[in-house]
This record gives sequence, structure tokens and C-alpha cells, in this order.
Amino acid sequence: MENIQYILPEIFISISIMLFLLIGVFKKNSANLIYNLSNISLVVLLALIINLSSLDKIYLFNNSYLIDNLSNYMKIILVGSGIFVMLTGSKYIQVINLNKIEYPILILSSILGMMIMISSNDLIVFYMGLELQSLALYVLASFNRDNLLSTESGLKYFVLSALSSGLLLYGCSLTYGFSESTNFDQILINSTEFNYGTTFGIVFILVGLAFKISAVPFHMWAPDVYQGSPTSVTLFFAILPKIAALSVFIKFLYTPFANMIDQWQTIIVFISIASMIFGAVAAIGQNNLKRLIAYSSISHMGYALAGLATVSNQGIQSSITYISIYLVMNLAFFCCLFMLKRKEKYYENIEDLSGLSKKHPILSVSLLIILFSLAGIPPLAGFFAKFYVFLAVIEQSMYFLAIVGLLATVVAAFYYLRIIKIIYFDPEKEEYETSHNLGLKITLAVSTIFILAYFIYPSGITEIVSKITMI
Amino acid sequence: MNFPILSSLILLPTIGALFILFTKSTSGKYQSSKYVALFISLANFLLSLYLWIVFDKNSVDFQFVENREWLSGFINYKVGIDGISILFVILTTFIIPICIISVNATIKNRLKDFLIAILIMETFMIGVFCSLDLVVFYLFFEAGLIPMFLIIGIWGGERRVYSAFKFFLYTLLGSVLMLVAIISIYWITGTTDVEKLYELGIKAEYQNLLWLAFFSSFAVKTPMWPVHTWLPDAHVEAPTVGSVLLAAILLKMAGYGFIRFSLGLFPIASENFTMLVYVLSLIAIIYTSLVALMQEDMKKLIAYSSVAHMGFVTLGIFTMTQQGIEGSIFQMISHGLVSAALFLSVGVVYERHHTRLINKYGGLVSVMPRYAIVFMVFTLGALGLPGTTGFIGEFLILMGAFEKNILVAMIASLGVILGAAYMLWLFKRVVFGEMNNQDLKSMKDLKTFEIITLSALVIPILFFGFYPEPIMNSIESSVEYTLNMYNFDLINNLASKD
Repeated sequence: MENIQYILPEIFISISIMLFLLIGVFKKNSANLIYNLSNISLVVLLALIINLSSLDKIYLFNNSYLIDNLSNYMKIILVGSGIFVMLTGSKYIQVINLNKIEYPILILSSILGMMIMISSNDLIVFYMGLELQSLALYVLASFNRDNLLSTESGLKYFVLSALSSGLLLYGCSLTYGFSESTNFDQILINSTEFNYGTTFGIVFILVGLAFKISAVPFHMWAPDVYQGSPTSVTLFFAILPKIAALSVFIKFLYTPFANMIDQWQTIIVFISIASMIFGAVAAIGQNNLKRLIAYSSISHMGYALAGLATVSNQGIQSSITYISIYLVMNLAFFCCLFMLKRKEKYYENIEDLSGLSKKHPILSVSLLIILFSLAGIPPLAGFFAKFYVFLAVIEQSMYFLAIVGLLATVVAAFYYLRIIKIIYFDPEKEEYETSHNLGLKITLAVSTIFILAYFIYPSGITEIVSKITMI
Repeated sequence: MNFPILSSLILLPTIGALFILFTKSTSGKYQSSKYVALFISLANFLLSLYLWIVFDKNSVDFQFVENREWLSGFINYKVGIDGISILFVILTTFIIPICIISVNATIKNRLKDFLIAILIMETFMIGVFCSLDLVVFYLFFEAGLIPMFLIIGIWGGERRVYSAFKFFLYTLLGSVLMLVAIISIYWITGTTDVEKLYELGIKAEYQNLLWLAFFSSFAVKTPMWPVHTWLPDAHVEAPTVGSVLLAAILLKMAGYGFIRFSLGLFPIASENFTMLVYVLSLIAIIYTSLVALMQEDMKKLIAYSSVAHMGFVTLGIFTMTQQGIEGSIFQMISHGLVSAALFLSVGVVYERHHTRLINKYGGLVSVMPRYAIVFMVFTLGALGLPGTTGFIGEFLILMGAFEKNILVAMIASLGVILGAAYMLWLFKRVVFGEMNNQDLKSMKDLKTFEIITLSALVIPILFFGFYPEPIMNSIESSVEYTLNMYNFDLINNLASKD
């Protein structure tokens, strides 16, 4: 019982979820109330996590739960971006009539699942967290149930995700069978000798994780789900599951499988290169902005994985830096999407941006900055994200990975430029509404300034994550 | 710590841009923001002149060095100038006010955005010439793509989208390899500080690949044959001011990079690849001169002539002789002035007649005598007549080339003749000849602001043509130092092989 203070955040959020469910059932028309309460509970949750962040390494519950620097940092950015996701999407879900009590509760439970994933140190605990977040996400994807695309995306996500969970589970059981334990540290100790069983286990687990992070060749669900889901859910999809999955990736590769580097390094390099190239090439032909950002996030995950492939602390840190900057850029981009509203309807095609710069100069400049940053052009934040990754990659003399990755950025630059071209060079269309809620405006302003001014102190995130060492 | 004069030089235009961003105009014309921009850029010009005065021309060290921690301990923000870079800084600060004065002729819409783009561009360009750290250099080098992309794309001509994309993607493709090389240098030597790298040197075994990676970036930017094709497109579609910036300053970044980085950091590789550069430069000189002869569009002709002139520059740099390198630097300054002037001159007639096709013009001398005179000075400057800056640059380059390789020098000399041919022919067709188009008769001679901008360019072209001492003084010791270092490294390398 004396350990209970360490999992206070998880306990707090679980109790909040149950409480909000009760409130929602017994009080009528409480959707707004619960939405706001959830937001507040996320803020409290963040405070609770930050309160624990001075801890270095604490094992709980028979070593099945681990709180360390990695989990703390990942939870902070997870909950932090959760707050912004809720803030920016509040108006959106009202406009498209999704403001139901289940929506914030599902988001909270999915966040709880992710937190458990991030802290897990045991295959069973990990799987439990994974399923909790996945089940919440299935419902969220099809939340706009009267919309054909949304239900389709929910179903598609469910079927494919279940399949990948199955593979993952199979991998877990193989790993358990050959290493005689479900505990990560125990697996590490028991797997010093090479055997095929564990290798198969690794492959299956990596496939499952690659699916969650939407890396090529397990990305097929991403474009449809991104496009079909309500935009606020897409934003959620684009950021939070990626943080959790990346953190689990790091955990798996460098704790239970740290003795099997030869076995998984090639797989990660391959997945990384394939994602970078595929994401860059496939996005060129897209016309729906949400679909385009799905492909863009596939290629971004490729860069994040490139850092992991280096087998060095610097590489891991660069991946974490990458995902931190990535989430800010995506948040900013979706803020812009939420602003493309006219007469209670949201627009999400590239052509809808045509000539935006004449009537909406500030929105256009923000988009310009965000897109150039996504493309990785200096001096914006996206460049430093890539710079750190390639710094780590080249340190390990993985020149092929570095050169392919950088050439893929040139291809990717094309489709970002295409959007900029449409915003700035094309003839203008009708005006969009200019009144937006404060949360949205603040989020956009803060994230854009972050991207723009990152070069002034570019080692900010790096210094924070430099505490995270896995090797 | 002394006053950070270089950083203020770099930041001042951006501050001006921010200032303009927040100005409002009721008439929507933004005349006042133009004056703000002009004021800022002139202030920057004066600041750079002050720098020139206090600059110690006999020292070979980098001066006004600022060194601040930037990327948590391993990469510093380091700027400083030597005798070579100060000239390019002044060239930049000199060209920008001229661009801003000529803005009202060419930019009809979104003047405010345009001024912001130009000022931000100035920040990046000065940054490129000042940076003494490879990562800082890369940052400025690449960042310049953003405003230039917008300048071509928003205010350009009909095929502006195609040109803007081509410009951006070509340059980016060249540069990413340089980034790989820069990071590799960091891991090989443990620093990206240029001064430290000069001292440490880079092991011979790595140099060839690193040189090629840098070359891929500089060759696109220079531009060298066969990756020059983005330049004519970009020039033709860019607004006049954009072309001026592109020709006068952006192209010089690569030539500067060759001297500072290719020669300074990879002497052994530079020696190995000399022949490659010679051949590419000669092809550029001869081939693009011939192409220029056949152009019907004035801007395209000047664009191709830029490629040929930059061919001389790369040739001169890789002769590795005092004359050759000094000539190249002089040629870059000269080309910066002359090509800017030529593009402005084309802008003058384009604005009146709305075509750039050469055969639509003729006999302008009778209606625009003043224009004919300044245009003649620029034409002669471009073809390298003694008494203009063009002559000194080409002459020194050829002198350096003769010392190293007579055949190369002879082929390059052919380029001088071809250069005279296409420039004089252009002048003849536009200014002389019969006026067969009645619309031309109503063309007005130069307006006041055009006289100001064009004569501001005539003066240095003639002045430094007759009296090149100030420029030569400035670069002499720095070039000598670079060459000494270069030869020293070569000898060391040979000695270590034996």
C-alpha cells in the first residue's frame, strides 16, 4: 500500500472516469459539464504526473509496473497534448452534434489505457493497457455514427486493429513460451541465447506495434480512418496513440529485446525507410487534407523510428524529441483545419484552401510556417527534429538510412509546397468564418510561435529528454 | 563583450519586417511601409559600411566574431567576417535598398508582404556570408528558400508555380546531401566550427565524399552545368526584384561556399576534383553562351549569361592561384552589380511595354536616350570591357587559368568573345535598329527613381572598374591565407603518403 502514491495519476483518472459516467447517467444534458470536467481532470492529472517526475526509477506490483524518466516524459506530453486536443475540438463537436457524454469519457479512458501501456513492465499489463486504449479508439473512430465514412472507418479500424492485436498477442505468447516469463526484465535475462522462438515473438510483437504507430507496411488503415473519423478524433489519432506506441516501441526494443538487437535492427531500419518513402510518395496525390496528413504522419513515424534503429541513447532521445515536435506541428495543423468553417460546415479538401491568403492572412501565415516546418525546412522546429534524428543516425554510420531519409524529405516537400501554392498562388474563394473559440486561437498561436521560435533555443527539448537513457 | 555588430546586421531586417507586419494602411497602398523598409535597409547598408571602415584589412583572422552557445554545448552560434565575406555582406546590403526602391514599378499587389519577404531574405543572405559554423551556415542557406519561393510564386509571371517548385526542389535536393556531410564532419572531427576545422583539418580519406556532398549543393546553387536548368525558369518568372536578388546575391552564396568550405575544408579533394570543375565550368561557359545567343526572351538571355559568368567564377576558384581566386571574387561582386543592373533595365522596358521578347523592341535610343546610355554601360560591364568591373574579374581569372592549364584558359577565352557577341547583339536589337513597332514611340524615358537605382549601380561598376584597389586590398590577405593553408595541407598530405 505504501506504493499507492506512485500510481496516484492512474487512480485519479480511473475514478474520474467512473464518476463522470455516473454524472452523465443521472444528470440530464450534462454533456458540456462533463466535457469541461474532463478537461479539468486532465489538467489535474498533468499536475499529478509532473509531481512524480522527479522519480528516477520505481518498480511497482511485483515489477510489473515501472515509473521512470521515459514513462514520465511520455505521460506528460501525452496528457499535455490531450488537454490541447480537448480544447481545440470543443467547438467542433458541438457544431457537428457529437457533444455526447461518452465522447470525453472515451478520450479519458483511452488516455488511461495509454498511460498503462507507457508504464507497463510486463506483457500482460501492457496488453491490458493496449486493449483499453484500442477499444476506446474503435468507438471514437465511428463516433459520428450517422456518417457513412465514420462508421466505415470505425469498422475498418476495429477489424484491422483486432487482427494486429491478435498477432501481438501471439508474439507475446511466443516470447513467454521461450523466455519463461512475462516480465520485461526477466525476459531480458532469460533471452541471452539466441533461439528462433523469441525471434518469432519479436517479429509478431513488432508487427503489432508497427500497426499501432501506422508504419509501412502496416499502415493501410490510417488514411481511411483519418479521413472518416470526425476531425477532432483524427487529431486525437494523429497524436496520442503515436506517443504511446512509440514509447512502447522504445520499451520493448531496449528492455526485453535488448539482447536481440541483431534480430530487430534490420526490421526497424526497413520499416523506417519504407515509411519515409511511402508516406512521402503516396501523399502527393491526395486531395483531402486529413488523408494527406495521414500519409504525412506515416512518413513522420518513419523518421521517429529511424532514431530508434540506431541503438544508442542519442537515437532514442532524438526520436522522443521528434515526436514532441511532431505533435506540436500536428496540433497546429489541425487548429487550422478547425478554422475552415463556413455556415456550420467544416471544409477539409485542399481546394478549399485556395487563395486563403487574401482574406485570412494570419491563418495563412500560420499554415505556411506549419507546412514548411512539417517539410523540415530550417529555421523551423521541424528541421531541428530531423536534424537530431540524423545526427544520431550518422553517428552510427548508417549513411544509407540518412541519405534515403533526407531524399524522402525532398519528395515530401513537394506536397507541402503544393498546399502552400494553393493557399498563396491560387485565386481566392469564399471567406471563412473568423470567430473561433478562444482555446483554438490560443492553441494555434502558442504552437505556431513554438515552431517559429524554436531555433532561438533549439536544445530545449533535448535537454529535458537527455535524462532518458535506456542502454 | 563588444557590441554584437554582425548579429544586429543580421537581425535588423527581420525587426524591420516585424515592424511592417504590424503596420496598417487605410488606403491599402502601404507607402509608409515602403519607407520603413527603405529606411531599415539603408540603415543596414550604413552599418555594413561602418563595418568596412573599422575592419582591419591586413589581418587574416575572422573579425567581429561572436560565439554563443546554441545547440546545448555541441554547436555554437558563431558569426564573423574576413576580407572575403565582408564584400558579400556589403553587396547584399547595397542591393536590397535598390530592390526596395524599384518595388513600386513591379509589384502591384500585396506590397506589404513583398517587403516583408525581401527583408527576411536579407537576414538570411547576410547570415550565410557571416556564419562561421557549418550548421548555422546550412540554416541560413536553406532558410532563404522560403522567401524566394514565395517571391517567385506569388509575384511571378505566368508559369510561376512551375518555376517556384523547380527552384525549391532542385536546391533542396542539392542541399540535403550537404546536411549529411555536415553531420558527418561533426562526428569525424567533433566540431562544426569553421575556424577550428581549418586548424584540425579533415582526414584525407573522408574528403572526397564530403567534397562531393558539398559540391552537389553548391553546384545547384551556382548553378553549374548540367544542373543549371532551374535558373532560367526562375529568372524569367520571378518579378524583376526577385531576379535581381537571385542573380546578384543568391548565386554568390555558392561561389562563396566553394571558397570558404570546399577549398578551406577539403583541399585534397579539391585538388582531386579540379579537372571535373574545369570541365563543367568550360561547358557552362561555352554551352550557355551559345544558348544565350539564341534566346528571344531578354531575361532568359541574361539568365544564361549568368550561368556563363558563374562558370568563370568556378573556373577561377579552382585554379587555386592568387589571381584566379581574387578574380573570381571580383567577378562575383561585378556580376552581382551588373546582373542586378541588367535585370532592372529589362524591368524598365518590361514595365512600359509588357513584353520581354527581344524582337518586339528596337530603336529605343531615339525615345529613351538616357536609358540607352545606362543600358550600354551595363552591357559593356557584362561583356567585360576594360574600365568596367567585368573586365578585371575575367582578366584575373584567365590569368590564373593560364598559369595552371593553357588549354582550359584558351577555351575559356572563347567564352569572353561569345559573351561580347550575345550582349552586343542584344543591345543592338533592343536599343538600335529600326523602330518597327509604333507603340514604342510613346515610351517614356527613365523616371526619377529609375535614374536613382540605375545610376547607383553605374557608379560602382565604373568606379571599381577603374580603381579596383579597395576590393583587392580587402580580399588579398584573406585569399593568400586560404591559399597558404590549402598548399600547406596538400604538402602535408603528400608527405604523409611517402
